[in-house]
Amino acid sequence: MFRYTKLTLLREVGLWALALLFLAPFYFLVTTALKPDTELFTTSALAPPTSPDFSNFVDVLTATGNSNVVLGLLNSLIITAGSIVGLIALGSVTGYVISRSTRRWSKGAYYLFLVAIILPGQLGAVPLYMGARALGLTGSAWGLIVLYTGMLLPLSIFLYANFFRGLGTDYEEAATIDGASKSQVFSKVVFPMMAPATGTVTIFAGLIVWNDFFTSLIFLGGSANQTLPVAMYYYIGSLVSQWNSIFAIVIVSMIPILALFLFAQKRFIQGFSGGLKG
Amino acid sequence: MTATMQPKSEAAEAPRRGRRTPGAGQNARPRGRGLEFGHWWWALPGIALVVAIHYVATGIGGFFAFTNWTGIGSFKITGWANFEAIFKDTTKVGALSNTLFLAFGSVLLGNIAGLVIALGLNRVLKTRYILRTLFFMPVVLSPLATAYIWKYIFDFDGPLNALLTAIGAGDQAKPWLADPQWAIWTVLVVLVWSSTGFAMVIFMAGLAGVPVEVEEAAAIDGANLWQRFRNVTLPAIRPAVAIATTLGIVQGLRVFDPIMALTGGGPAGATETLATQVYKQAFALGNFGGGAALALVLAAIILIFAVLQQRLTRSNPED
Repeated sequence: MFRYTKLTLLREVGLWALALLFLAPFYFLVTTALKPDTELFTTSALAPPTSPDFSNFVDVLTATGNSNVVLGLLNSLIITAGSIVGLIALGSVTGYVISRSTRRWSKGAYYLFLVAIILPGQLGAVPLYMGARALGLTGSAWGLIVLYTGMLLPLSIFLYANFFRGLGTDYEEAATIDGASKSQVFSKVVFPMMAPATGTVTIFAGLIVWNDFFTSLIFLGGSANQTLPVAMYYYIGSLVSQWNSIFAIVIVSMIPILALFLFAQKRFIQGFSGGLKG
Repeated sequence: MTATMQPKSEAAEAPRRGRRTPGAGQNARPRGRGLEFGHWWWALPGIALVVAIHYVATGIGGFFAFTNWTGIGSFKITGWANFEAIFKDTTKVGALSNTLFLAFGSVLLGNIAGLVIALGLNRVLKTRYILRTLFFMPVVLSPLATAYIWKYIFDFDGPLNALLTAIGAGDQAKPWLADPQWAIWTVLVVLVWSSTGFAMVIFMAGLAGVPVEVEEAAAIDGANLWQRFRNVTLPAIRPAVAIATTLGIVQGLRVFDPIMALTGGGPAGATETLATQVYKQAFALGNFGGGAALALVLAAIILIFAVLQQRLTRSNPED
């Protein structure tokens, strides 16, 4: 019935044309980043560089101070990985308990987390900053890991709770009858089964933390330990309309996440759609 | 009796709908002693962290909404004065309408574009997975990086004007981001560009769940493309659409990063949103009380639309 016809070919070609148009911004990104200063304003914005030049990239990678990109990359990696670990550990246990408990409080806790997802962060930002400073959590990777874990925990719990609700209790009942303790049931039976939810949490939280600018700008303020988006922001802050230099650092900042995405795109897309199937 | 009770219990059960398998929705039945899973206190660390970071911090911030606190030093409780000031200030009322325009505009256009692409990619296409990857790419980029790229595209010396000049429409060239009339549309374009792939993936997952046989049967019975979509596909992907649009609207109402990087709220407040105004009032202008009041308004709006959206998309299950 649904065979490959001439019409399908037409549809395929049309979608490719749309995709190329959709991704045109990447063309401007790359061609402009490769233009030397002399060509920036003399050539058309649409034209590729006549003599491609990689010196913009060299400048980006050798920048020091608070726009040190290599250090920013390292910090972003540590903070993202740490937050993901925290979110999986706390999110899975909490989501498990509140979705399995039959008591009244568990429903209240569920709504507590649901409302927390939609509260706008700015309202609490100043009190949070003052609290974090009093506890010595500002300016360090550890502080940000704790902060991100707390900020994204409602989302993580929500995803886990939905997952556990769809998961029958048969295996847990069987393990309990066989004499496993509650913590054994969780670590030996439940934990291995929740991999799809963990994948979704990892991808969602990882992307949000990795790309976040506002929180790290405020909470790492002034320290030399910048994340990648903040390092990019500082680097660009000193450039006015130097689009070749600006785009060089934009490209450098994109490469890790784009490479990871293209490498594991199936996982990414499954994580996105799987977590939201209602 | 049972019939009138139905909607009520459904609303109460709303969050646990969707995947209905044994184990879910058995709340009422008390379980035997041996069959309780996990200790309740396992949830304490998570609850404590969320309460501290979300509720205590937000509560303190909410308290300052009723004061004239500048961010440092002493303050006086001023009651509703901050809220009255919001509705007298044209910039803030403008920010409110911009926020609603961007949130609904981006969700509507992003979902339509995502749906069209998903329908186009559905079935028999040879390169559908490559195309899916390409359309999804913008979703993984940071809003800051995305905004910088588009800032150049809309720049006066940028590609868009160069293109207009090249096709002989050079008189249409303008500084898009500095034009009070056009700036908000540029922001909308950027938001739609970065959210289309997300909507597409949700719709594709939903479409994949529609059995080929059902679609074929509908096609054989003479249903046209639109009828097939309306009566076979759409009901199957309704839950996915509900969640995707709710998240989209909540995200859209909070939009901050792209605007700060693209226009900074300008020109002359033409692209201010509630989130950028909250930030400016509280952090840049030393009016923390006013910023907090605005954030409270934003929170209320988000809450209203999130609840409304849930109601709208969850009711009439089989219409």
